[in-house]
Amino acid sequence: MQEYRKIFFDGLWQQNTGLVVLLGLCPLLAVTGTVVNGLGLGLATTLTLVFSNLAVSAVRGVLRPEIRIPAYVLIIASVVTVVQLLMQAWLYDLYLVLGIFIPLIVTNCAIIGRAEAFASRHSPLPSLVDGLATGLGFCLTLVLLGALREVIGRGTLFSQAGLMFGSWGEHLQITVIPDHPGFLLAILPPGAFIGLGLLIACRNWLNSRMARRPAERGEMSATAIPERA
Amino acid sequence: MENKPADGQQSSAWRSALALGLVAIVGTALLAGVNQVTRPRIEEQERKAVLQQLGQLIAPDRYNNVMYDDLYTFTDTAWFPSGQNVTVYRARMNDQPVAAILKLAATEGYNGKINLLIGINMDGTIAGVRVTSHKETPGLGDAIEASRSDWIRGFDGRSLTDPDDAGWAVKRDGGTFDQLTGATITPRAVVKAVKLALDFFSANSQAVFSHPSETPETETT
Repeated sequence: MQEYRKIFFDGLWQQNTGLVVLLGLCPLLAVTGTVVNGLGLGLATTLTLVFSNLAVSAVRGVLRPEIRIPAYVLIIASVVTVVQLLMQAWLYDLYLVLGIFIPLIVTNCAIIGRAEAFASRHSPLPSLVDGLATGLGFCLTLVLLGALREVIGRGTLFSQAGLMFGSWGEHLQITVIPDHPGFLLAILPPGAFIGLGLLIACRNWLNSRMARRPAERGEMSATAIPERA
Repeated sequence: MENKPADGQQSSAWRSALALGLVAIVGTALLAGVNQVTRPRIEEQERKAVLQQLGQLIAPDRYNNVMYDDLYTFTDTAWFPSGQNVTVYRARMNDQPVAAILKLAATEGYNGKINLLIGINMDGTIAGVRVTSHKETPGLGDAIEASRSDWIRGFDGRSLTDPDDAGWAVKRDGGTFDQLTGATITPRAVVKAVKLALDFFSANSQAVFSHPSETPETETT
């Protein structure tokens, strides 16, 4: 149990794909104009990670080291295509919005990274937990960045939620700043870079505060990784 | 691994090939299965999306043919110099032409193609124009979307005589159509494409409706 908690905490916080490892930044920066877009891509990536980790872990005994990379690519590409077909069938509008970034999940280094670094060395259940945690960590980053950019750029949250949740989702939209004139910088690509920088700074600050507190749990300081410069 | 005897290496290569082949086969089988299951639903979704867009331009009670299937696609560089594919959907009431919807792209946008649906009534007036996809600047050029501003509805009811030839331009170019705050190139491109569609339709309105229907290849189940 302890072990799973550590895997989960690592994926979600200590080794957060978007904020610490900084993998998969292309989709992360490109689709986070709104919360809903971020959530959509985040969940699609999570689903991919869970199943690719599971599959890689399941075949890890069969694969010889020299063919593992092509095999991972095959597995990941298959999983992503399945996710894409499912989204096209059941979340068609969101699929149109996210467009090319769904098939591009294949190229998200975080996925092959987890396959290589974790799933190829662990049994299926821990691999599944790792995939879930890493995916949720990535999803969290996407949603936070999406929220930041949407509030500053458009003054709303959860706009276009109907794309994801059907007609009842349209009532989810929250107007945070009424009569917002729109702040273009936040919506355009530079806003993504600045927002991500702020989120990373925020995470590092939180982390150093947590580390400075008297270490009541020894395991905490042991898992702490060196901060990025 | 490098120090193993030769025949050992060979058998390991065979085993690797076999394992890789198996992964590929399982992956392909999975994809084939999922494709089989989702295909009808995906086709239905695509059809619904197109129908919804077409329905915004021409009210469903004005025609009784299956407009979704009454279409053809052509390229004609004399009319559309970019060499793009233009698709024409035709609305008919009891086989009498009512209106046509041209699906084409404005090619001179600020950032790539602006895909448009342009509905034109038989009398040459515009039934409506909608942007289906574009990559114009968010917050500026995206005001051409019907959900963001009323600008695109400014074409409703216009024709080649209203305004006249010189009026078919944005105000900055001496025309009648508003430009958008901070974006002139985007509306200029849309106005030009709409005018082009009207010109094409007025010269070819008979041919447009007599052209045989070409349903794009969709597998029937």
